[in-house]
Amino acid sequence: MSINITVAITGMNAKPDNPGPGLAVARCLRESPEFTGRIIGLGYDGLDPGLYLKEYCDAGYILPYPSSGDDALIDSLTRIQKKEKIDVFIPCLDAELPSIVRLISVLNDLGLKTFLPDQKKLSLRGKDRLNELAQHAGIKTPETKSITNAGFFHNCEEKGWAFPFVVKGLFYDADIVHTKDAAIESFRRIAAEWGFPVLIQKLLKGEEYNLSAIGDGEGNMLGAVMMKKMATTDKGKAWAGVSINDQTLYKASESLIKAINWRGPLEVEVIRDHNGVYHLLEINPRFPAWIYLSVGVGRNLPFTLLQLTLGNAIPHFEEIKTGVIFIRYAQETITNMHDFESIIMRNAQMNDN
Amino acid sequence: MTTSSDTLDITTSPFPPLSNLQQLAISESGFIFDPSSGHNFTVNETALTMLRLLQKDNELGPLMKKLKEKYEVSQQELERDVLEFAGLLRDYVGE
Repeated sequence: MSINITVAITGMNAKPDNPGPGLAVARCLRESPEFTGRIIGLGYDGLDPGLYLKEYCDAGYILPYPSSGDDALIDSLTRIQKKEKIDVFIPCLDAELPSIVRLISVLNDLGLKTFLPDQKKLSLRGKDRLNELAQHAGIKTPETKSITNAGFFHNCEEKGWAFPFVVKGLFYDADIVHTKDAAIESFRRIAAEWGFPVLIQKLLKGEEYNLSAIGDGEGNMLGAVMMKKMATTDKGKAWAGVSINDQTLYKASESLIKAINWRGPLEVEVIRDHNGVYHLLEINPRFPAWIYLSVGVGRNLPFTLLQLTLGNAIPHFEEIKTGVIFIRYAQETITNMHDFESIIMRNAQMNDN
Repeated sequence: MTTSSDTLDITTSPFPPLSNLQQLAISESGFIFDPSSGHNFTVNETALTMLRLLQKDNELGPLMKKLKEKYEVSQQELERDVLEFAGLLRDYVGE
């Protein structure tokens, strides 16, 4: 059965060292033989490449930054909706989710269907509440602490925080710091970009594994795709990975989803120490940038999300296919001043004219 | 390790659990992929033979017997190589 609707997707940024997931989500939908609809790319910067990529997005629009407030977001989406008649909205960035979740009923009134958790569930998986959640789900996690003052680093070693450790933003970004000065610099940079609190996390050595799936909102995990990072960027993002089937990771993720009755896409990030023990690093409330691997293993999760959002039957998932490798690469797209001007001056760009 | 056959404990398998070994994807070329951990590694022809045997039975005794039939090698040398391989396998595949 073909699905011929209009889907809006955020996260069209694609800097090679840390791409947003939006383009990968759009690619998954576009490559589904059952999807024949339109895709609207939503970005936050005139140089987000997804806005110009005709093969994935039929049109692109700029949204106001989350810091602009709820009214600015609603105004912008209302204008876009008048023109595009969007049926389903898939947010793909951590920083925008709190406001979008808060505005779900307004989005519904506008005709934008979503498949997202409520505010309480969203906050339960927050990076600042990891210890609590991990304990609830019976998985280890490196000790994490929220801090709001750089003064903490002056005598952090006396408080049990010996260098090196990790300084992390509430939504994004992380630095491994080895000295007090580096910690303070990282704290200030991350706080300026992502706000307070800033998190510090004990540094664990091991191999990184990720799982992406969809929570159905009733405690069930749907269509898990697991991968081991084979190569990472300087920011620690996956540059290459291989699909795996690890029952320990699967069951731990299943417990986490059950513990918070998660609704919507998510990514579980864990590290496996040298004794084979998993430690929870983060739970991200959206698809990861490597989600195209879900197409590679025959479990197109973005398309599954679309079906769930529309209230269609949950599809049959193929057996987990292991040994499928992705290797990310960067390439340029060519656009022109007319299209760039359209984005800058009108916050909109039509790719299907 | 140069334990002689008189002292070698063949009642406890030094190899990873059978379930771990049986899930390994083994290629003729000697390329091995562990679908659970995502690790890959390569082995030579002799190790490939051992792995294929271990996928059927991960006990030390039967493996030693079959290898002794197949290769002309002293008991001491065989024990040393097999135990070294077992250690490597535990590192790659888990215990």
